[in-house]
Amino acid sequence: MAIPGRAFSAAAFLQAAALGAHPLPEINSGEDGKIETLDQRNTNQQPQWAVSVSPHIRRGKTTAGIMWTVSASLIPVMLLSIYNFGFRGLLITLVSVVSCIVVEAITQKALGRPVSVSDGSAVLTGILMAFVIPPGVPYWLPIVGSVPAIFIAKQLMGGLGFNVWNPALVGRAFLMAAFPVAMTAAWVPPVDWSKVSAGVYLGSVDAVSTATPLYVLKHYGLAAVTQQFGGLSTIYEQFFIGIKPGCIGETSAALLLAGGLFLMIRGIITWHTPVSAIVTVGVLAWIFGGETWFGGQPLVHVLSGGLMLGAFYMCTDYVTSPTVKGAQIVFGIGVGALTVLIRLKGGYPEGVAYAILLMNCLTPALDEWFKPKRFAPPKQAPVAAVK
Amino acid sequence: MAGLTFPKGGVHPEEHKELTEHLAIEEMPPPLQVVIPLSMHFGAPAKPVVKKKQEVQEGEVIATVEKALGASIHSSVTGVVKAIEPHPHPTMVRCDAIVIERDPAASPRKYEAEDWSKLSREQLLSRVKDAGIVGLGGAGFPTHVKLSPPPTAKVDTLVLNGAECEPYLTTDHRIMLEYPDRVLEGAKILMTILGIRQGVIGVELNKPDAINALNKALQQNPPQGDMKISIQGMTVKYPQGSEKQLIYSLTKRSVPGGGLPFDVGVIVQNISTTLAVYEAAVMNKPLYEKVATFSGRAIVRPANLKVKVGTLLSDVVNYLGGTRDLLKIVSGGPMMGFAVSTLEVPITKTTSGVLFLNSKETDTGEYGPCIHCGWCMDACPMGLQPMEVGVYVEAGKGHLTDKFGVFECFECGCCAYVCPAKRPLVQFARLAKIQIKKRG
Repeated sequence: MAIPGRAFSAAAFLQAAALGAHPLPEINSGEDGKIETLDQRNTNQQPQWAVSVSPHIRRGKTTAGIMWTVSASLIPVMLLSIYNFGFRGLLITLVSVVSCIVVEAITQKALGRPVSVSDGSAVLTGILMAFVIPPGVPYWLPIVGSVPAIFIAKQLMGGLGFNVWNPALVGRAFLMAAFPVAMTAAWVPPVDWSKVSAGVYLGSVDAVSTATPLYVLKHYGLAAVTQQFGGLSTIYEQFFIGIKPGCIGETSAALLLAGGLFLMIRGIITWHTPVSAIVTVGVLAWIFGGETWFGGQPLVHVLSGGLMLGAFYMCTDYVTSPTVKGAQIVFGIGVGALTVLIRLKGGYPEGVAYAILLMNCLTPALDEWFKPKRFAPPKQAPVAAVK
Repeated sequence: MAGLTFPKGGVHPEEHKELTEHLAIEEMPPPLQVVIPLSMHFGAPAKPVVKKKQEVQEGEVIATVEKALGASIHSSVTGVVKAIEPHPHPTMVRCDAIVIERDPAASPRKYEAEDWSKLSREQLLSRVKDAGIVGLGGAGFPTHVKLSPPPTAKVDTLVLNGAECEPYLTTDHRIMLEYPDRVLEGAKILMTILGIRQGVIGVELNKPDAINALNKALQQNPPQGDMKISIQGMTVKYPQGSEKQLIYSLTKRSVPGGGLPFDVGVIVQNISTTLAVYEAAVMNKPLYEKVATFSGRAIVRPANLKVKVGTLLSDVVNYLGGTRDLLKIVSGGPMMGFAVSTLEVPITKTTSGVLFLNSKETDTGEYGPCIHCGWCMDACPMGLQPMEVGVYVEAGKGHLTDKFGVFECFECGCCAYVCPAKRPLVQFARLAKIQIKKRG
């Protein structure tokens, strides 16, 4: 490769290489065609130091680092889902991740933007989208979901940082609308490893189908839940650990809680939104969820469905949730209230995804209403003081 | 260890002070030539009172500011004026400067200490003014003006800033450690000029030896009468040494936006400035030497040097054995300092340090879109929303950012330091301020 309009001979290239310098682009040929290395230029009083604006030091954390850390914190959940549902869940997750990366790369190219799949945000969207769909769906379903998730909800909105709705949940909402049967009937019971057969292991699920606890609860009541899944204490134990039917990555409250705590310790999320969302669901389910007032089973609601995953991994999405702490608490309460409303009175047994998508719309307004308290605001109108 | 601190935001960058904090202040031999800029203070540039080829003595006035805000400038060497011409400047890019060639035969000027307590307030103040002292923390506000608050202001407290919260810099640390008695005398002089009885020196707790030295000096030579000076340890957190944060940490008073410290009865002085005030009042010595930290992993021999004002950076680099893997040169601290493009810039009165950073220490990468993590907001010591200002400026709407309190931003850099997308949030705020002012 030669620089147009500049003398650049093979001899000069070798000379530069012998001097231990990268020949391009630091080397500029002088007017007499002589090659100068970077070091020589410095001694010739023509330094090429970086000159940029303050601050000159940065904390090591990066956008990509955050995305990969969040993704890594979901690995235990993935492992449990393999134990729960066989390798089917892993395969669906891989399809989802790969299709999200591909859609992101293609749309960024098409929109003339730099391709930024290495920042990990598409990978995380792929993982989260797979985690909120049932394990028994066809393998190609995540491919369909990744288009609205990445292309419409993210890139058409302006790319990372500009999307209004959580891309993974937009993907799920689209799949729910377009493939309602697949998305609501493809539940798989946990693998019984004592009787494991090759068929189950490979994920051939046509023969077996089941219902989620929330579906049973909604349509047949608490008694039916205890009948199908065991007594209340067994339910709490099994649901907390995560051995139950459900979406690929939603079943284990314990592992999602651990992942959430890990992210809090790493300073990536704070407690405000998850705690307010979970507490709201618990309180409202206790008040309104039973035959009589204050007769509901808060823990069944808290440990079921997508609440834990939603609270720790979707409500805390930086781009689509508020930044101010007060606004985060209101956001969490809103998610909790809408979830309980949909679960108890709505047409679906589960409502976390829609609750979060609805609250996403309010995020800019919430941030506007809950501005941080300024340390030293002016006493009078600010404009006059400056001039 | 918990110390006094400010209520909002702040960051904990790696300190890197271990490079120089144990090195005693070392006097650099005067260079053959000094380049003394006419702008080393806040206000109008000084006007030269010497001509080309004129002989000047060390400490002689070579430029003055008569009517406008400013401070006198003195020759830092004995020699001959070679030129008065534009020259590279660390923060102003270029500025007129007086070039003086040193006479190698001249011996350094000696100063005798005298008892300042016989001098009146007016005499002390005029010594500060004649010495050309400016705020040495970086802004360079003329000290004699700061020491003459309007009669409406009821000043009751002097705050000495020994926080030195910028990473790498150890100038004030070494001064407090090596000259604690002079710092305390300087504080007494400042309090005498201001006619106040209460002084407090705030030092970050990462300098326990400096706190001990000051306490020891205070016990040995306590202030007379009802004058009180206390030494307070402050939490190690950047920007502890910023004026408003420091005043809050030490006095729990809040300076409102657009206000000045004397609005809440406080005058703040830097440790280096206090030492200069001592030297002016007690030894009648003008300000033409500066203690500065030369540090970073790209300079062969990091040091705390006492240098002549006007010494070129190239002379300092040669004295310290040169550089290796140099990527960026920063005049000042790494959080608020200015990158310089040439070694031909001189050390000025306000140079507190020069950093030579390699590619591992400084970051020159590209930045990405805002992901609304809110970390900048949590880090902002003024409780602002830097991300909003950045998004507005990028959208060409910087003139609408007044509602975010952008004029309260003092560009400490905490927001950009924590930003995971490496966004130049400080620069966005600067642009926003310019755009608001342009729209009038």
